[in-house]
Amino acid sequence: MNSKQSDKAKMAPNVDPHAVLPYGDTLNDGLVQVSFSLPVALSPEATEAAKRTCIQMGLKEPSVYHQADLGHGFSYYIVYGKLTKPVDFARIVVPKLQETVASFDEINDRIKRKLGRRIVVIGACTGSDAHTVGIDAIMNMKGYKGEYGLERYPQFEAHNLGSQVPNEVLLRRAIELKADAILVSQIVTQKDVHLSNLAELADMLEAQGLRERVVLVCGGPRINHEIALELGYDAGFGAGSSPTQVASFVADEVIRRH
Amino acid sequence: MKGMLDLDLEQILRCRKAADLVAKSVLAFAGERTTVSIERATLRLLGVEGADDTGVPLVNRVVEKAIHLVPGGIMLPFAKAMMDTGSNAQETALAISNGQIELCEDAYQSKTVIDYADHLAAEAVARIHKTVSTRNELLERLGEGQRPLLYVIVASGNIFEDVVSAKVCVDAGAQVIAVIRSTAQSLLDYVPEGTTTEGYGGTYATQANFRVMRQALDEASKEAGRYVRLCNYASGLCMPEMAVLGAVERLDMMLNDALYGILFRDINMQRTLTDQAFSRLVSAAGGIIINTGEDNYLTTADAVESAHTVLASQFINEALALRCGLKPWQIGLGHAMEMDPDTEDMLVLELAQAKMAREIFPDCPLKYMPPTKHMTGDIFKGHVQDALFSLVSVMSDQGIHLLGMMTEAMHTPHIHDRVLALQATRMVMGAARHLGDEISFVPGGRIQKRAQEVLAKATELICSVADGGIFNALEKGHFADVSRGPESGRGLEGVYVKAAWYSNPIEDLLKKQVEWRGASNNE
Repeated sequence: MNSKQSDKAKMAPNVDPHAVLPYGDTLNDGLVQVSFSLPVALSPEATEAAKRTCIQMGLKEPSVYHQADLGHGFSYYIVYGKLTKPVDFARIVVPKLQETVASFDEINDRIKRKLGRRIVVIGACTGSDAHTVGIDAIMNMKGYKGEYGLERYPQFEAHNLGSQVPNEVLLRRAIELKADAILVSQIVTQKDVHLSNLAELADMLEAQGLRERVVLVCGGPRINHEIALELGYDAGFGAGSSPTQVASFVADEVIRRH
Repeated sequence: MKGMLDLDLEQILRCRKAADLVAKSVLAFAGERTTVSIERATLRLLGVEGADDTGVPLVNRVVEKAIHLVPGGIMLPFAKAMMDTGSNAQETALAISNGQIELCEDAYQSKTVIDYADHLAAEAVARIHKTVSTRNELLERLGEGQRPLLYVIVASGNIFEDVVSAKVCVDAGAQVIAVIRSTAQSLLDYVPEGTTTEGYGGTYATQANFRVMRQALDEASKEAGRYVRLCNYASGLCMPEMAVLGAVERLDMMLNDALYGILFRDINMQRTLTDQAFSRLVSAAGGIIINTGEDNYLTTADAVESAHTVLASQFINEALALRCGLKPWQIGLGHAMEMDPDTEDMLVLELAQAKMAREIFPDCPLKYMPPTKHMTGDIFKGHVQDALFSLVSVMSDQGIHLLGMMTEAMHTPHIHDRVLALQATRMVMGAARHLGDEISFVPGGRIQKRAQEVLAKATELICSVADGGIFNALEKGHFADVSRGPESGRGLEGVYVKAAWYSNPIEDLLKKQVEWRGASNNE
């Protein structure tokens, strides 16, 4: 979901912005639901263990509403409980991308007027990742959710290298094509391999002395803007991001740097 | 016979004819070629396994050392080496790998070598037959339950954790367990060795992992009182070798698509099209049900607009499979429910599509894949999407039902995600078991019209593919919006044009045992 800066001020009546608790049906009831399995067969002791697991999470009065034996020494629980430790919402600051997203025509027009040439964008799913659904959604002609992908923009020269592209190859192609921006997608992530892979690319770009010139962007279901900044990227796009959001950011950033 | 959808039988016939032309030309092309993986697969059928002390599989070592013999086929020179040294296949492979003996060309003309190779071929084929009869006995004795078969994926990256998940799934009603393969394996030009305990995105498909899971599922089958099928992949650069390992280690299903590697892994088309012919031959003999990968088209292309490309590809996969000797019951043609769930009448359109596939391929155990593209991380919504999917599946009489997971697009499912999915699916399918038998569709209504429209578009596409050839169609990006050239992609260096004296007695014997038609003319 895309949020705006102004959304932060919106809240239900009578909420104390310094002490926000989960909401079930009454303000500050703190109600949450959790579900998990334990590696023990179902027994009265196992149910008690499920309750205590919730108490360890900081939940008061945990009620086990559903329990089931899964066989082979496993059991499953659905528990509701009350959280009593509030968060200080007023003090939270999260780095965000640009506020306004331009439209397809606005973006093309802006590039034409302010840059006077096409922006070269190269995209890939890097490392062992074979899942191109993210990069395809952003780059393919057809795009995603009714928005055209970068290949359709007359003012973008978009190159989608596809899946399982080694960082070395991506970098080499970026240099050959004189890319203005690199988009990296990481979908399948196990044991956080996506993080080291992304960081490596940023380092390689730096080592080539290209980091200043090339806009570096990553995306994927476990990526957000904050993580992207930590990894040395210019922006990160999470699940549900649209082609125009990416196009808008890349266009503005390339123009800004020229 | 007029079906529920009032499909134009003339059109279906035209599609089959066009697909058969495509398949014929592909197999003519493949018939003139061999690949390093086909030659390695042949060595595996002779019983060569394991790796040398640097971890390189022996079959790779042997083929590398005798690469100049690949155009003539590795088997006769290898058989001669076995004869000369009086050792078995494994010992011979070790000796070649160590440089103690060299394979040479004078084997091709020798009658005694040819006779000996024929004898080895008979032994190799008998090994496959033994697996087939074991499976048939178990199926006879235990049965496997109602269709659609409930197919669940395990993917922890640790084969021993996968065993635990698999057994829990079998208890909850799973009938097929598929072990997901490490993401990058399709691009390796060798089959890794040993058991996997720390894989990325899955475990390696290795002979050792196959054995671990087969044994576990045999135990689970016994406990559950029904035969549980095991599925893995015969795809990627080692497609023929994977098919061989599947056939000897009693895998029951293998993912095997003629075009998938080309489109989605950028494997060279000459390589994959040559490899798939051999792998399908082995699968045919091994009683393996292949699963084709058309569902993947809809993850890149739009499910409503591109539905006909799935159907066109199904026709081609079917034609190739039939010509390679697979029986219709072995051809698990893939398709998927990938339309945006917020599209009005999504269920109506998907039902039309699923029912259409059923009517066009009545004897194939269609493999129906769950929503993935429009799964969001909202597990509650996802659970409902999966319930709709199960409903369409049972109503349209699918053969293999890959269970949707509410945590799709998030992480590998947790143990209870799989159990919840199985419970929900069984509930929906039980509740609607005979619903499909009790309904008919309005003549000229939305469902009939949609199915007719997709068939008409598929007919157009497949006829143009038949006119221009498959290479041309792939280059033009007719499938999944991806374009590939005949010289591009990985693995081309492993393709060799056969010499006039090419010989592969195992392949020849297998072809006699299944109804292999290859590129021959239809009678």
